[in-house]
Amino acid sequence: MAATLPASMSTPTPIAKPRPQPPERRRVAPWADSLFALLAHASAWLTLLLLVGIIASLLVGAAPAIKEFGLGFLWSTAWDPVQEKFGGLVMIYGTLMTSFIALLIAVPVSFGIALFLTEMSPGWLKRPLGTAIELLAAVPSIVYGMWGLLVFSPILSTWVQQPLQKLLKGVPVLETFVSGAPVGIGILSAGIILAIMIIPFIASVMRDVFEVTPAMLKESAYGLGATTWEVVFKVVLPYTKAGVVGGIMLGLGRALGETMAVTFVIGNFNQLNSLSLFEAANSITSALANEFAEAGEGLHQASLIYLGLVLFFITFVVLALSKLLLARLKKNEGARA
Amino acid sequence: MTSISLRAALAALTLLPAAVLAQDVTGAGATFPAPIYAKWADAYNKASGARINYQSVGSGAGIKQIKSKTVDFGASDMPLTDEDLAKDGLLQFPTVIGGVVPVVNIKGIAPGQIKLTGEVLGDIYLGKITKWNHAALTALNPGVPLPDADISVVRRADGSGTSFIFTNYLSKVNAEWKSKVGEGTAVNWPVGAGGKGNEGVAAFVQRLPNAIGYVEYAYVKQNKMTYTLLKNKDGQFVAPDDTAFKAAAAGADWAKTFCQITTDQPGKTAWPITNPTYVLMHKVQDKPASAGAALKFFDWAYANGDKAADDLDYVPLPESVKALVRKQWDSQIKDAAGKPVARK
Repeated sequence: MAATLPASMSTPTPIAKPRPQPPERRRVAPWADSLFALLAHASAWLTLLLLVGIIASLLVGAAPAIKEFGLGFLWSTAWDPVQEKFGGLVMIYGTLMTSFIALLIAVPVSFGIALFLTEMSPGWLKRPLGTAIELLAAVPSIVYGMWGLLVFSPILSTWVQQPLQKLLKGVPVLETFVSGAPVGIGILSAGIILAIMIIPFIASVMRDVFEVTPAMLKESAYGLGATTWEVVFKVVLPYTKAGVVGGIMLGLGRALGETMAVTFVIGNFNQLNSLSLFEAANSITSALANEFAEAGEGLHQASLIYLGLVLFFITFVVLALSKLLLARLKKNEGARA
Repeated sequence: MTSISLRAALAALTLLPAAVLAQDVTGAGATFPAPIYAKWADAYNKASGARINYQSVGSGAGIKQIKSKTVDFGASDMPLTDEDLAKDGLLQFPTVIGGVVPVVNIKGIAPGQIKLTGEVLGDIYLGKITKWNHAALTALNPGVPLPDADISVVRRADGSGTSFIFTNYLSKVNAEWKSKVGEGTAVNWPVGAGGKGNEGVAAFVQRLPNAIGYVEYAYVKQNKMTYTLLKNKDGQFVAPDDTAFKAAAAGADWAKTFCQITTDQPGKTAWPITNPTYVLMHKVQDKPASAGAALKFFDWAYANGDKAADDLDYVPLPESVKALVRKQWDSQIKDAAGKPVARK
């Protein structure tokens, strides 16, 4: 859009006399330019160097565990510091499952928030409501964790888990999903807390990109008799999908890496006994936060670093997948046109 | 969460501008004794002007730091074996004693009303006893109204000296625990929700109905939690208090080695889950000045720190043990030339 502006501005004076040469400006310090260029280059390379450095130090730190357990680490559920037998499946499952639940809740809710703020909200409500949602992002994660443990999980236990357990008693598959001690801590509560934490990120990105949809496109659709829903779904979303996917990935990244809030409500339980959503579990970040300080040198520490490497890899895959998704969306677009 | 951590934080604040003076001493390690070290350091600073900077980074990290000589003393809840000490040329000595106490949250049950044995406690943590009205529990507690409810087991999620002492005790008294789980700062817990830190476990136990957990004695006292009685090696049911912890420490043979784990000690009044916390120092000192300053600090704390320890619900060492430690200092800690490091 910005690229078309100068062209339209230069059109009104086509037959004007050729302009005089601009007055020569003395370059005060020619070396400053090259210095600045050098600095800019260096900063860019520094990021890359840091990334490589992080991967390298993770690999070196995890080397003993990689040598001992190999890729079997990824699907072993053992986590026994006394016998020095380690496997990461419990934590990997916990991380992926809590993030999945968080997205499942946060994406529709954020979409609703963004839709309301851009299309339906009365003008006087837009700013206060938008600011309030952004403020949610500023709440420290430990506050969410303590609130989750002390306020939210008792509510979840009494009003959701126990009624569900009563309701589904005897139903074959569904019963296992709600089994477990009625304490309200576990995968589901961690997922819900994460959802609350990432909603402000996803919602504010969605709102911002929805707002840049040209009014002309929307007005045209309305003029053709489209409903608000049709306008949002067929005009706004296709126009902003890159931004929307970006916002969701931002939220997912935060959910994968969140530590403090998760550690409070997930139960930190290194066993995978059932698929129940109410069973205490563990996540990669929470295991690292809890065990790293006291882990002795050797396999325990190396396995924790291995877990960190796995998390790094998961984040990388998620990012790559989102780029791939965007590329595919673009290709389909070309086919339709 | 309690006044302990607040006091520790305040004391730590007063230590902040430390690092510059020549006789500064730095230490790092266990979190369990951090409040008392901070309080001693504060009082010692007022008395002598020297500054002691203690970072509570965890026992594992403390051992690492003293081995690489980045600190003047390390601190650990879990004693190193004599071989380990010899390998790195370290001297280990106890400073204060702490006790770990099982706590429960059952409606209508008062502190000290429930009696447990190590065997039963181990079975609960193994997931073998899952109900409060299990035959083993009702047999120990005739007449106590134990509910027909699931036991919510709570334990530490983070690696900690508290867990080490607790699992060490269970390994001594429950054979199945020893073979299946074992002892360590972090173990493969068969059941239970994990709370972070003593305050995390205390919060879980207080919030979950029919829960059982284990915390340091200070947390029991300050949060007025419902503790249980435990059967000790002499077959007596004892309540956790200072005299019971002291009795346990007195039973150990300190003259032989300081590598003592004082869980399950004999003695009529001894509390079975008790353990001292340790300080580690190099025997050969490259910097005799700061080593001497560190020894002076601990010497001062042995002489003047008992009341502060009592206030924070730690148990001071028996005088006989202190005398033994002083003797070790004088004979073992030397500078590079082999001259004993002065602490006077």
